[in-house]
Amino acid sequence: MSTVAAETKKTKQAKQDNQAGPAIQDKLIIAGKSYDSRLLVGTGKYKDMAQTQKAIEASGAEIVTVAIRRTNIGQNPDEPNLLDVISPERYTLLPNTAGCYTADDAVRTCRLARELLDGHDLVKLEVLGDEKTLFPDVIQTLQAAEILIKDGFKVMVYTNDDPLVAKRLEEMGCVAVMPLAAPIGSGLGIRNPHNIRFILEDAKVPILVDAGVGTASDAAIAMELGCDGILMNTAIAAARDPVLMASAMKKGVAAGREAFLAGRMQARRYASASSPIEDTFT
Amino acid sequence: MAMLLTKLPPDSLMNIYLNGKVIHVADAMTLTELLLEMDYSGKRIAIEINQEIIPRSEHNTHRLKSDDRVEVVHAIGGG
Repeated sequence: MSTVAAETKKTKQAKQDNQAGPAIQDKLIIAGKSYDSRLLVGTGKYKDMAQTQKAIEASGAEIVTVAIRRTNIGQNPDEPNLLDVISPERYTLLPNTAGCYTADDAVRTCRLARELLDGHDLVKLEVLGDEKTLFPDVIQTLQAAEILIKDGFKVMVYTNDDPLVAKRLEEMGCVAVMPLAAPIGSGLGIRNPHNIRFILEDAKVPILVDAGVGTASDAAIAMELGCDGILMNTAIAAARDPVLMASAMKKGVAAGREAFLAGRMQARRYASASSPIEDTFT
Repeated sequence: MAMLLTKLPPDSLMNIYLNGKVIHVADAMTLTELLLEMDYSGKRIAIEINQEIIPRSEHNTHRLKSDDRVEVVHAIGGG
């Protein structure tokens, strides 16, 4: 059999596999590691550890963010540790730099996280600029990203929805760029889909919406735009039933992704009958 | 903390800052000894002294100095 024929057979097989389940073949790849879930979740604002665990489980997320904070000296020494509930063996942990307002603080936090997690180098960089909006300080973010990348970190970076800044962060070597869709914790949804589209247009690293999603349809909208994934926390934790919302978000993200891959129909102003207009008998 | 104060003569004590709070510990105490005292043994934590990370492998040999600023951090819920 010629090589060409063999290759054709292989391609056909790949297509058949693809028809069997397009979503199954569709992996999110971040820093060389592949993930089935395109939903990344935070662990903040839950009622207790049990609810955190159940919601994370229901979300199907494989990448889970954590914050790094001082221990409470002498308080509740028997309190369950988050890492006992969200085990680093099962999940890819994504320590964040939430609460940092300078590049120096963010770098310091990432280094502590790496020590805490035995050399784990995937981090979520966020350097905030304003307490009221929690908008990123882009200048400090760029400075921190440069230091962290030089220091061997794999940086997933929270930024605003400025396409030029997103490009710059990609060029610097960030492994994922994560523009906000609305302020952190606001649940306002995808406020500027046009900018997200610009960012997506020639991106060479995964683009994830980080912040702003309020409900499952927002997640679907972001994914239909072509985002590679979504990172959320409050939309799940602040729902009346966080565990059920986690499941809804899982489906919203998956539905939006499949719709993006499927390619939506062209919208039109007037009706187009779905049933044949010929051979009617009335 | 208080326990150490009563066990040791005053001239062998020093002040350090642990997560921002002043505490009295034995002079030249090792980091491992401090962690044992604070019930942190075996916990998932990371330590910085005067803004420099002290790797886990050095906790046993690293001796505290007077006025050291020790930060003990852990992972908590966050987004």
